[in-house]
Amino acid sequence: MSRYLVRRVLLAIPTLLVISFVLFAVLSLAPGDPLAQFAANPSVPPEVRDNIRRSLGLDDPWPVRYVKWLFALSHGDWGFSFGSRIPVWDLIKLRVPSTLAVVGVAYLLSLTLALPIGIFSALKQYTLFDHIATTFAFIGFSVPTFFTGLLLIIFLSVKLNWLPFIYDSTLQVRDLGSMGQQIKQSIMPILVLGLFQTATLVRYTRASMLENLPQDYVRTARAKGLAETNVINRHVVRNSLIPVVTLIALSAPAVFSGAIITEQIFRVPGIGSLLITSIQNNDIPVIMAITFTFSFLVVVFNMIADVMYGVLDPRIRYD
Amino acid sequence: MATGITAQELIRPATVADAALRRPSRSLWSDAWRQFRRHRLAMFGVVVFSALLLATLAGPFIYRTSSDAIDYSQGLLGPSLQHPFGTDDLGRDLLARVLLGGRVSMAVGVVAVLIAITLGTTVGAVAGFFGGRTDSLLMRITDVFLALPVLPLLLMVTYLFRDPLKRVFGPELGIFLLIVGVIGALNWMALARLVRAGFLSIKQKEFVEAARCVGASNRRLMANHILPNTLSAVIVAATVGVGQAIITESALSFLGLGFPPDMPTWGRLLYDAQNFLDLGPHWAIFPGLMIFLIVLSINYIGDGLRDALDPRKTQ
Repeated sequence: MSRYLVRRVLLAIPTLLVISFVLFAVLSLAPGDPLAQFAANPSVPPEVRDNIRRSLGLDDPWPVRYVKWLFALSHGDWGFSFGSRIPVWDLIKLRVPSTLAVVGVAYLLSLTLALPIGIFSALKQYTLFDHIATTFAFIGFSVPTFFTGLLLIIFLSVKLNWLPFIYDSTLQVRDLGSMGQQIKQSIMPILVLGLFQTATLVRYTRASMLENLPQDYVRTARAKGLAETNVINRHVVRNSLIPVVTLIALSAPAVFSGAIITEQIFRVPGIGSLLITSIQNNDIPVIMAITFTFSFLVVVFNMIADVMYGVLDPRIRYD
Repeated sequence: MATGITAQELIRPATVADAALRRPSRSLWSDAWRQFRRHRLAMFGVVVFSALLLATLAGPFIYRTSSDAIDYSQGLLGPSLQHPFGTDDLGRDLLARVLLGGRVSMAVGVVAVLIAITLGTTVGAVAGFFGGRTDSLLMRITDVFLALPVLPLLLMVTYLFRDPLKRVFGPELGIFLLIVGVIGALNWMALARLVRAGFLSIKQKEFVEAARCVGASNRRLMANHILPNTLSAVIVAATVGVGQAIITESALSFLGLGFPPDMPTWGRLLYDAQNFLDLGPHWAIFPGLMIFLIVLSINYIGDGLRDALDPRKTQ
């Protein structure tokens, strides 16, 4: 097991290196000029622009810049943002809490909803509950998050005037009132993200349960006189959740990507909106840091999924 | 179900042979079609999808209202007889814009999936057929692609590379090629793995060996003998992929990084509508409903195809 882990980590390093190289190359070969905003400004003479360019290290050919970037990163230095002149890491640190709060709660919400719904709907296959659950899951899986978001705004904010539709990041939670406001403004972003995730998980859980229910070991458990609740809880659910757990780990990075769209709808000042503004301003160090962090998350969660699969299912042997 | 499958496997060869003797007209495809027709929701999907496809293809010829005639006195009107879907802030007719935009959205979906399928099938087929070094190299590349952050990368590439492509191909075709190419290039990996798995198991079968013995070339073995047996996976992946590609394009346009404003794709319409949710909610609802309906119908079709093409299902 530990040898497998070491091998996986050793394999992940070249993968991340290749990815960072590809990302860096794409960014550097893109025709945009990070200093375009200065070029349009007549009060900045060309010499000054060249000086700025040199101070940002844009004079070197891009492979050299890549090596420098990588070297700095190995010391934990993400570089400086071109746009705001503060370290990229500080910029990201400002944005992470909003994203994590929304993504984390949505993720937990979808887990607590999806697992019981999926399990129950498989146990009561073809009943009214099952039909409603599968239809809901299918619809939730087919509506794009940006449309759900706009619909929620139209009904809950515009028509009913229950919830604010713009996320106010300056809000400080001090007392019950501001806490209520914080909850109110988080409801819609969390719902949008959670709904999509719930729908996917319900489908998967139900399918996995249905695959396990008619198996021989279930009949054996029933035949030896075990109570039905024990058969379901101890045998069927435990075995069915093995692939579901992997899916939960695998979909974590996708939830972060989904947050990009959700943040844009509700103007949540998180990582996703930082990424979009940086792309629009050609702020290469920030784009690089965020996209690389996303890839890092994908690689790490893939690893977690594989390892968990082995831990949960003793039939799977490494090596 | 476990017993069902074993019993079925026992009797299957005889039944299939008998059926072939008695009813020569039944093929794999007609069987699949019979099975598919029984899937009610899938048939519902086919009807909705064909209706929408027909509407976007023929609609602009029948519904002659201009999609870009500006009339400020008619701005932000709700649905009426004159403007069934209402108008936007400049008084342009939304039904005409939705029909026009649907063409682009669907074209993006189909072309992007064609690219993804060609890439995925080729990589999967070559990796599975030749094995060894080729296989491990191609699978390492697939792994790297799987770890790429798709949405951020899409945003980045479409925004940063739009200008040179615009210059070469013109503003509309340039962005179309860019979006289609990037969506295709970032969505072939799952299919490549499926096709590879299919190739790995099928290339061991006797009929492949037999074909090799009579002198079939590698290319012929791959294209004529093995590939048709993995086709069901490809078809299902392609169907669902069209819906996903439409969502991706809409998401890009919704974030303001997709098509330019004069190309009213469904996502672009939503992007423009989001600042008028209070005054003109119909502006967002109709294009959004279109995306939802098209994706829902495609997903139902995919579900039906998966059941119909699954050889383990009883006919």
